[in-house]
Amino acid sequence: MELFANQVLAGIATGAIYACMALAVVMIYQAIDHLNFAQGEMAMFSTFMSWQMMQWGVPYWGAFILTVILSFAGGILIERLLFKPLAKAPVLTNVAGFIALFAIVNSVAGLIWDFTIKQYPTPFGSSPFLGSQLISTHQAGMVGVTLLLLAGLYFFFQFTRIGLAMRAAASLPESARLVGINTSWMIALGWGMASAIGAIAGMLIAPVVFLEPNMMGGVLIYGFASAVLGGLSSPLGAVIGGFLVGVFENLAGTYIPGVGNELKLPIALALIITVLVVKPAGLFGRPIVKRV
Amino acid sequence: MSAAEEVVTEAPAVEAVPKRAMTLGYGTSLVVLAALILTPLFVKNFVIFQMTMLLIYALAVLALNILTGGSGQFSLGQSAFYAIGAYVTAILMEHFNVNYALTLPVAGVVCFGAGFLFGQPALRLSGIYLALATFALALAMPQLLKLGFLEHWTGGVQGLVVTKPDAPFGLPLSQDMWLYYFTLAVSIGIYVASVNLLRSRSGRALMSIRDNEIAASAMGVNVALYKTLAFGVSAGITGIAGGLGAIAVQFVAPDGYTITLAISLFVGMVVGGVGWLPGSIVGSAFIIFVPNIAEGISKGLSGAVFGVLLFLVIYLVPHGARQVALIAQQLAAKLKKN
Repeated sequence: MELFANQVLAGIATGAIYACMALAVVMIYQAIDHLNFAQGEMAMFSTFMSWQMMQWGVPYWGAFILTVILSFAGGILIERLLFKPLAKAPVLTNVAGFIALFAIVNSVAGLIWDFTIKQYPTPFGSSPFLGSQLISTHQAGMVGVTLLLLAGLYFFFQFTRIGLAMRAAASLPESARLVGINTSWMIALGWGMASAIGAIAGMLIAPVVFLEPNMMGGVLIYGFASAVLGGLSSPLGAVIGGFLVGVFENLAGTYIPGVGNELKLPIALALIITVLVVKPAGLFGRPIVKRV
Repeated sequence: MSAAEEVVTEAPAVEAVPKRAMTLGYGTSLVVLAALILTPLFVKNFVIFQMTMLLIYALAVLALNILTGGSGQFSLGQSAFYAIGAYVTAILMEHFNVNYALTLPVAGVVCFGAGFLFGQPALRLSGIYLALATFALALAMPQLLKLGFLEHWTGGVQGLVVTKPDAPFGLPLSQDMWLYYFTLAVSIGIYVASVNLLRSRSGRALMSIRDNEIAASAMGVNVALYKTLAFGVSAGITGIAGGLGAIAVQFVAPDGYTITLAISLFVGMVVGGVGWLPGSIVGSAFIIFVPNIAEGISKGLSGAVFGVLLFLVIYLVPHGARQVALIAQQLAAKLKKN
């Protein structure tokens, strides 16, 4: 039983990483109805920017806030420059655009900061949390920040005018435009927010997976899996999905014989496919209703 | 019925290629074919090898084109089927000493089965969800190939070495050149079969599903069957391409079939023009040569140059090579008139 409890705890700790990333995935999906395959790379780039600021002597929280602001602006800039012209293009073209963005960001980061693995500091320390060996204060802090972020997003979408406008633009763009919402800027705002959340996720994940241009590859997949599991239209679902995937992955590794580290990824993917087949809208998502 | 058939089959043959047509005119086809047959006689072995890979990737892009351009389904997981095909060929050749030419149909059939089965759950998914599920398949495949209990067959992380076949009947051809012509013959066969498939009753059923699924099912098209069949056929052709690839590269290993390959094939399809089969070879040229060109422009930034070029293609010619071909044709028609 103790083994079980420990594994669940460790699962929640890794799940926090996925939850962060899933939140960013859901944000952008809400705004543009696409999965941004370059999301992980954008987050990686933001993390590198914060690392660079710290190298220049900026304190952690200063770099943190500056990075979030810069990422927000960067996200908006990318949307305005690169993806606004593609708004009417077919899905295929958009996916190709994400792939191109992925290649560009990855290669530029590799050129500026090269591919060696770098240490990344944590503001929470890495001593055991409440005497448990399995979860460190950093991981506990990560869970805390994720929950705070979720609460903030909930507040933003439920209780502010601009949050309401964004929801309107996402669900019924035509009608939203008729009541005077600038839907095009709402999309840009969605990109900015997704990029900022991605930056936060990146800065929290970096102490665990270490900083390098390819650090996000695996994390993004789990982020997708979590977002799908929770339902792509629900931020709360994405976070719960993240924790579930983390716990599931750990339990599968412990209790199913023959599942080592190599099979963890296929298991997460099998989970995606199973959820998609059984319940395409995810655990908390709205089913898509099509009008004939 | 017969009248409808006539309209569809005759349309491409008559003057301009209409937007929907998926083939080239006879004249252009012959010129391309002649170029493909004659070029190897004048170039070095390495270039011949590259041209072989060009054809192989063109086959894989063509397969994706049948799936996406034909039936309107996505796939970012073609590398998984490519890997299965490559491994089937490699295992048959190295463990069972089967002749290389005979391994290809087996690879095709195995992949058809795999694709058909994967098509079943994919039926319930569409758009981005399907892209995600196939993406997951492509990511999982290298891990599955490394599994311990398959190691006896797959060679684990190390992979398998495949021997390159000699030209038969004592023909005075180098191994590379023979393999090139062998690949060319297979490719032409598959291309003609694909064109005919899309022009047939089944092809029209696929396209009706792509254009309007509900209307198609109201017309009596078995949507589930045709969608899974499209997956199967696409996977089968990809598998044959994979098998050819294994013979050409003389080596299979799990890390040769990562998600990068699947993404390349997808990019190839977009660049070649979705739903335009001849574009497959243009797309394949893009994914083989553009990374090299990018590396030539800047070593450290090759990824960025590739991305920028891809963006340029999307902005300037969103319909890929098909659009270029169409523009060229209109220009030619104008010149003729003057």
